[in-house]
Parts: sequence; C-alpha cells; structure tokens
Amino acid sequence: MDKHDTHDQQDTQSDARPVLEGPDIARVLTRIAHEIVERAKGADDVVLLGIPTRGVFLAQRLAAKLEEITDRKIPVGSLDITMYRDDLRMHPPRALARTEIPGDGIDGRLVVLVDDVLFSGRTIRAALDALNDIGRPRAVQLAVLVDRGHRELPIRADYVGKNLPTSLRETVKVQLAEEDGRDTVLLGAKQTQ
Amino acid sequence: MQRHLISAADLTRDDAVLILDTAEEMARVADRPIKKLPTLRGRTIVNLFFEDSTRTRISFEAAEKRLSADVINFTAKGSSVSKGESLKDTAQTLEAMGVDAVVIRHGASGAPYRLATSGWIDAAVINAGDGTHQHPTQALLDAFTMRRRLIGRDAGLGQDLSGKRITIVGDVLHSRVARSNVDLLHTLGAEVTLVAPPTLVPVGVETWPCEVSYDLDSTLAKSDAVMMLRVQRERMNAAFFPTEREYSRRYGLDGERMAKMPEHAIVMHPGPMVRGMEITAEVADSDRCTVVEQVANGVSIRMAVLYLLLGGNEPAVSHTRIEEK
Repeated sequence: MDKHDTHDQQDTQSDARPVLEGPDIARVLTRIAHEIVERAKGADDVVLLGIPTRGVFLAQRLAAKLEEITDRKIPVGSLDITMYRDDLRMHPPRALARTEIPGDGIDGRLVVLVDDVLFSGRTIRAALDALNDIGRPRAVQLAVLVDRGHRELPIRADYVGKNLPTSLRETVKVQLAEEDGRDTVLLGAKQTQ
Repeated sequence: MQRHLISAADLTRDDAVLILDTAEEMARVADRPIKKLPTLRGRTIVNLFFEDSTRTRISFEAAEKRLSADVINFTAKGSSVSKGESLKDTAQTLEAMGVDAVVIRHGASGAPYRLATSGWIDAAVINAGDGTHQHPTQALLDAFTMRRRLIGRDAGLGQDLSGKRITIVGDVLHSRVARSNVDLLHTLGAEVTLVAPPTLVPVGVETWPCEVSYDLDSTLAKSDAVMMLRVQRERMNAAFFPTEREYSRRYGLDGERMAKMPEHAIVMHPGPMVRGMEITAEVADSDRCTVVEQVANGVSIRMAVLYLLLGGNEPAVSHTRIEEK
C-alpha cells in the first residue's frame, strides 16, 4: 500500500466511517494466527516481519496469538522498506524506520510479512527486494489487516483480515492503540483540493 | 531549496538530529551479509580530492558504494590540475559528464562554497574539508560518536547533546575539524571549551560560541569528551611553540591526565594521530579512546548525508545560509 495515501491525510477525512472496530481487529488477528498455524503445519519455522509503522505492531500482536496457540516463542521483527521504494525520486527523502531481524535470521525459514493495508502492492515488492539483501527464506507469505484492491503489481496476500472493496477516491486508514491510541479501520472520502 | 553541505554552521538542530538518526539506521546495514542498499542506483558521484586524504576519501567511497552510486575518484595528482587547469574548468568538465554530486576536498578555504554558488555546475556539493575552514561530515561523525557513547544507541534517537561538556585540545588555529565541531556542538546544545597554547588560538575566537582556556588540567575533570587535535606541521609557517616536548608536556594527553577525567568520559581524535605528541600510545590504545569507532561511524554518517541530499527529488536537509545570498 502507499503510506502516503493513507496516513498523511488523517485530518482531512471528516466523514470517515469505521469498518472494523477494536474487537473485530482482535478476532481477525486470532483467525489469521490460526490460519498461519494450519498452513505452516504448526508454525515451527515461522518468522514474522512487520513493515513499519503499523505492520510492526500487527506482527507483534500476531506473534503473541501464535505463542498462545503453539506454546512456543515466535521470532518477530521489523523490515523497513524506505530505501527500496520505487518512488524515492518522487518525494523528498523520508526518515528511515528500524529494520530488526530476529537473532536466528531468516535463512531457510518461513517469513510472514505483515502490513496494515494492501493497496498497489508496491510496498510488498520493495519488501521482497529488501528481504533479498538479508537472507534466503524457505518461503515468503503475506498477511494484511485490510486488502483494499487496486493492485498495480502481480502480488496477493496469503492471509487477509478483511477484503474491503474501495474506489480510488476513498482512503483507508488503520489506527492501532500502540500508535494512535485506539484500534479502528476508517474508510473515508479523499479530499480534493 | 538547499542541496549542498558546505559548513556545519548551516545545519539547524533538527537537520543535525535527522542526520544522526538516519546514520543510526545506516549503521545497521554494516551488520548485514549484503552491505548494500539500492537507494542511489544510477546516480554518479565524483570524489574530487585536491588534498591528500586517506580516511575521508575511503569513507566517502565506501558510503557511496554501499548506497549503489556510481563513483568516480579524482585526485589532483596525475590529473590535468597538475598541468595548470583551474577549478572552474575542472568543474565544467565534470558537469559535462553529468555528475549528480561532487564531494570536494581542497587546500583553499572556500573552494566548495565557490563551486556550489558559482553556477559552474548543477550538482550537489559536499564539503570534505577545505583549508582551515570547515569539515562538516567530520563534525557530524564526532557528534554521532558522542551521542552513542554518552547517551546510548537507541536512547540517543531524536536527542541532541544538551548539557554535554566537550573539550577540544590542540592546534585550533589550523583546524577545520575544531571549527566545524564548535559550530555543530553549539547547535546541538553542548558546551564547548577550546584548550590550546595562546599562539594556536585563532584571532576572533571570542566571537565563537565557546569558552577558551590555556590550562588543560583544570578542564579535564569537567569534560564528558576530550577531543585531541593533531599539530598540523604542514600548515605551519612560523614557530608556534618552543619544542615538541614542551607542547606535549602542557597539551598532550597521557595516562596520568586521562585518570583525571570523569569515569564515563571518552577520548576522541579525528586522526591521523601523532603518538607521543598530542596523545600517548597508552591513551590511544585504551578502551576510552574512540578513534577506530569514529572511522566506522564516518561511513554511516556519510551514507546518511548522501541519502538525505540525493535520495529524493529534493533534499530533506533544510539549511539556508547560501539561499540568503
């Protein structure tokens, strides 16, 4: 997804309506955790990597749920994709976020990338490039809280919290308690200037 | 819009903290199996060195390569400069080759400023040391080293150096490192004291944002970091002190003097060190001496500066001095 589109316009959407509330988000994450365990046959070699900012918090919450289910410690980290973006030259340089790879690395493991919104797919393409410089996972999967469509690249999510059909005139904003003080997903109209 | 880095005095506090924070993330690239980022792919950077340098040139080259830029190295020796070519003609040659940035070291103070403001070239200009004027990336890497050691890697993020007491000792007169450090450390909120023999203190120092002392022993006990400067023989055209022995007795740092510093305080040196002159081997090899760390940090800082000046469609660093002119 394009962070520029969703996060920077928070104050411009007065008529935004919630499509997921706190308890919905918790249920959705529980379901995704179960799906990961099911598909990975026990999640023995799973490593969760969140994409900053909100993907990191989602990854940490997912890890906590997975630990409840499997009774094992699940490695969780973050993957900053800023320097791999394909639109770097179209904006002023952005501040970098933290890349934190769990101690045992990602070689030969099942990496699940976690992000809040899947939109154009360009963030995930950048994340795949970034992963390439860090190691060679056995496989890479993608978990997102919201899939809002409008893909510009041949990329799809393996685990989707909610499919949200949108028009390009709408914005999707995810708010999480760790960053925004509350859990919600807002759908609003893009302000035209 | 400001695309150049000419002087440490041009940086605002927020610019400087942004550079330090960015460098902290860049430093982590050094721990990866593939120490490379695609960020400056397709950009060409010339390292234009009219004056000898080991550390700075290698450090810039490593930073440029880690960000995937195309690097052209130019040294005055063995180039047309030795045949008498002027800076202007050299610059226009580079411009014709389509260079995106010029990293310049020059023996004449003001050469990078001239290059940036003359209209000879479109490229971004980064000062890698000019005469006795400025060496901004050195000041940035020194501040980065201090923040890491005195505050902490993660604890330091977003922080400046408020309240830290920094002592800079030695040949201030000829030192661009001292000038850049005084400017940047003041911007970052630190208190700077210069210690030097009266002959090596520049005229006009009273207008600098720092204190001056002639007595090293009395300032050591209240220093969080002590930065030793090399006596720059190659720039000296007069006798500034009677003998080397007298200089190192009064202004050199030995084990006995280091013991007077607070327990947490660090010893810094921009290199190259002259062991036995401004610093003894005992101090240079101790755990409190950050010389090697400063070199490693230099690569991270230069990656951060290059990313913030060249990584986007316009620079993220907002300093303004040249715009005013």
